[in-house]
Amino acid sequence: MMRHLISAADLTRDEAVLILDTAEEMARVADRPIKKLPTLRGRTICNLFFEDSTRTRISFEAAEKRLSADVINFAAKGSSVSKGESLKDTAQTLEAMGVDAVVIRHSASGAPYRLATSGWIDAPVINAGDGTHQHPTQALLDAFTMRRRLVGRDAGLGQDLAGKRITLVGDVLHSRVARSNVDLLHTLGAEVTLVAPPTLVPVGVETWPCEVSYDLDNVLPKSDAVMMLRVQRERMNAAFFPTEREYSRRYGLDGERMAKMPEHAIVMHPGPMVRGMEITAEVADSDRCTVVEQVTNGVSIRMAVLYLLLGGNEAAAAHPSPTTTLERGATRRPSATEESK
Amino acid sequence: MSKILIRGAKVLGGEAQDVLIDGETVAAVGTDLDATGATVIEAEGQILLPGLVDLHTHLREPGREDSETVLTGTQAAASGGYTAVFAMANTFPVADTAGVVEQVYRLGKEHGYCDVQPIGAVTVGLEGKKLAELGAMHDSAAGVTVFSDDGKCVDDAVIMRRALEYVKAFGGVVAQHAQEPRLTEGAQMNEGIVSAELGLGGWPAVAEESIIARDVLLAEHVGSRVHICHLSTAGSVEIVRWAKSRGIDVTAEVTPHHLLLTDEMVRTYNPVYKVNPPLRTERDVMALREALADGTIDIVATDHAPHPHEDKDCEWAAAAMGMVGLETALSVVQQTMVETGLLDWAGVADRMSVAPARIGQAKGHGRPVSAGEPANLTLVDPAYRGAVDPAGFASRSRNTPYEGRELPGRITHTFLRGRATVVDGKLA
Ligand SMILES: [Zn+2]
Repeated sequence: MMRHLISAADLTRDEAVLILDTAEEMARVADRPIKKLPTLRGRTICNLFFEDSTRTRISFEAAEKRLSADVINFAAKGSSVSKGESLKDTAQTLEAMGVDAVVIRHSASGAPYRLATSGWIDAPVINAGDGTHQHPTQALLDAFTMRRRLVGRDAGLGQDLAGKRITLVGDVLHSRVARSNVDLLHTLGAEVTLVAPPTLVPVGVETWPCEVSYDLDNVLPKSDAVMMLRVQRERMNAAFFPTEREYSRRYGLDGERMAKMPEHAIVMHPGPMVRGMEITAEVADSDRCTVVEQVTNGVSIRMAVLYLLLGGNEAAAAHPSPTTTLERGATRRPSATEESK
Repeated sequence: MSKILIRGAKVLGGEAQDVLIDGETVAAVGTDLDATGATVIEAEGQILLPGLVDLHTHLREPGREDSETVLTGTQAAASGGYTAVFAMANTFPVADTAGVVEQVYRLGKEHGYCDVQPIGAVTVGLEGKKLAELGAMHDSAAGVTVFSDDGKCVDDAVIMRRALEYVKAFGGVVAQHAQEPRLTEGAQMNEGIVSAELGLGGWPAVAEESIIARDVLLAEHVGSRVHICHLSTAGSVEIVRWAKSRGIDVTAEVTPHHLLLTDEMVRTYNPVYKVNPPLRTERDVMALREALADGTIDIVATDHAPHPHEDKDCEWAAAAMGMVGLETALSVVQQTMVETGLLDWAGVADRMSVAPARIGQAKGHGRPVSAGEPANLTLVDPAYRGAVDPAGFASRSRNTPYEGRELPGRITHTFLRGRATVVDGKLA
C-alpha cells in the first residue's frame, strides 16, 4: 500500500480492489452486536477540517472509533486561505503531539498533497476532499456501492468494475467527486460518461479517460449506474446555466427519465441532495437510489483505508486475501469483545 | 580616473577584442591595446555585452522592505548583469505621484549598483478609475516615461484610451498587464489540461489575448505607443505579429520563466511555480521562443517579483504570485535561446539591453560597445555550468523556481559607468 491517500489516480487496480475487499470485511463488523475492532488501539488520528463537512467528518470519526483509534477533531473554521500559514503551523503542532495520521479536508486544491510532501509532517495523510480536486474515499465508497449492486456482495470479492457503464451528471467543473470517480472507475475498468451543460465541464477534459455528453436522455439507456452530482444554486447567478428550471429540465433526474434506464441500473448521489433541481423525490426515494447505502458504505471504506494505511501494511502485503489479513490483525491483539468494555 | 582593460573578450559574441575603460566611458576597442596604468581583466572565452536593462522589476520599496529594497534589488540586478532596471509602480504607497517616483529614483542613485528608473502608475492607487498625474511624474527628477498599473490590468477601455492619448504629449508609453479581470476571477494557473486535473481555477489564454487585441486597436486608433508586459501565450504572439504587420506601434516582452517552464510544474503544487501570468503549455513556450527570435517579441524582461518565505511556504491557493528573476535571467536566455540556436549573443544584447533601453528611453544604456560610449558593460562566462543556489542570491527573497536546477552561464563582471559593481562573480 501507499503511504498517503491523496488522489484516486494514485491507486493501482489491485490496490483499489484490495481496499474494496477489505471494506467488505469491515462491513461485517457493523453487523456485530459490538461494532468495534482493536486494530488501531493506541493510535491517534486527527481529523483536520479546514472546511465544514459534518457528513464526511462523522463518517471518518465513526470509522476511526470502530478501529479503536483515539480521535482528535480539529476544525479550523474561517482560517485557511486568508491565513495561509495556518496549515503549516497546524500540521507542525499535530506532529509535535505525536499524531499517527491526519485526515484533512481543505477548501484549497492541493492542500493535502502539500501537507504530505512539504516535510511539515511525517504522518500519513488522507485526503477527505480538497477544493475542486479530489475526494478519494468518496470515489472508493461509490465504487464499493456499485460493485455490491452491480456485481454482487460476495461474488464481488476480488472483482473490479470491468465493462460497467457509469454516467456522472451535473457540475463536473467544480466537483472533486467527479474527478475522483473518473480516475478510480477508469482504473477499475468501467466506462465513464460525464453529462453536463458545457459551462460545467472543465476546459481540458478531453484528456480524461471518459466520454463527455451534453445530452442526458441519450446516455441513460446505456447506463448501469447514474450518479447525480451536487449543483449549487449560486452557479446560476454566475451564469453557468440560465435558470434552475432549465437546468432541471435538461439535466435533472425524474421518474420519466429513470424509466429510460435499464432495469438493473442504480441511481447514486454523494449527498446532500437538492431535491427538485437535481433529482425528484420520486427518484430519490425509489429503491434504485443508493444514497443511504452510500453513507453506510462510507464508514466501511474509511475503516479499510485507515486499516491498510496504518495498521495492516505488512500483513496486507504478505497475505493478499483480505479475510486472512483481517484475522491476523485481530488475533495479534485482544479480541473485539475484550476490547469493548 | 581609473583605467580597466578587458582583454580578449568576444564583444557581442563576435571576435575577441580588448576593451579599454577610462573613467566612465569606453576609451578604445581593438586588438593588443596598451595596458599601461590599467587594471587588466583576462576575459578569454567570455562574452562582453552592453549592460543589461530590465524593463520590468519589482523592488518593493517603499512598503514591502521585508521582500526587497532598492538596495538589495539593485544588488541582485548587478549580480545578474543589469546596469538599469525599471521599477514597477505597485509599491505601498503606489508610485502614482512625483514624490514617490523621486524617492525610488534617488535611492537608486545613492546605492549606485544600477540605475533605477521608476515606472509611474497609470491610475491613482492602481484602481483603474482615475488617471494618475502622468505629466507631473514625467516632469519630476525621475523623468518617468513608462507608465503601468502592472499587477493589475487597465481594463476600462476608456481609461486605457485616455492614458494612451495623454502620454503622447511627452513621448511616454503605457505598459499593459493584459488580464481581463472577469475571465480570471479565482484564477490559480493556466486553464487547460493540467488545471482540469488539479482542480485549480483556470487563467485562460483568451483573458490575455482579448486585452492585447483591444489595446493594439486602441493604440492604432489614437496613434500612440503601447507595450505589452510579460506576454505568455501563442495566441498573444499572433496578435502582436498581426499588429506589427499592420504598422501599429506595439512592443512586447517575455519573461525568462515563460521561455523555460510549463504548467506541468504545477503538478507539484509547489507555490514557487505560482506566477502571473501563469506558466503556460509547451506549445506556448515554443511560440514565445520563436517570437523572441524573429523580433515579434522585442525584449526579455524579468518581472522579478520577490516574496518572503512565508508567502510561499503554504498551500497553493494561499501563496503569493511571482518569482525572483534578476539573477538567473541571462542563464535562462542562454539555455533557451542561445544554446538552441535561436539567437546569437548579438541578438541577446539586442533583446536584453538595446531594445529595452530604447522602449524605456534609458539614457546611456543599451549603447554599442565602442569608443566614447558610457561604460555600462557586462561580462559573461558562457561555459560555466552550475546548479542554482538561492542562498547565494543578493535579492532579499529566495522564491526562485530554479533552485537546484543546472543553468548555464555566469556573470563575472558588471560595470556601471566604468565602476565595477560585480567582480569575479561577487558584488563589488
Ligand atoms: Zn504583471
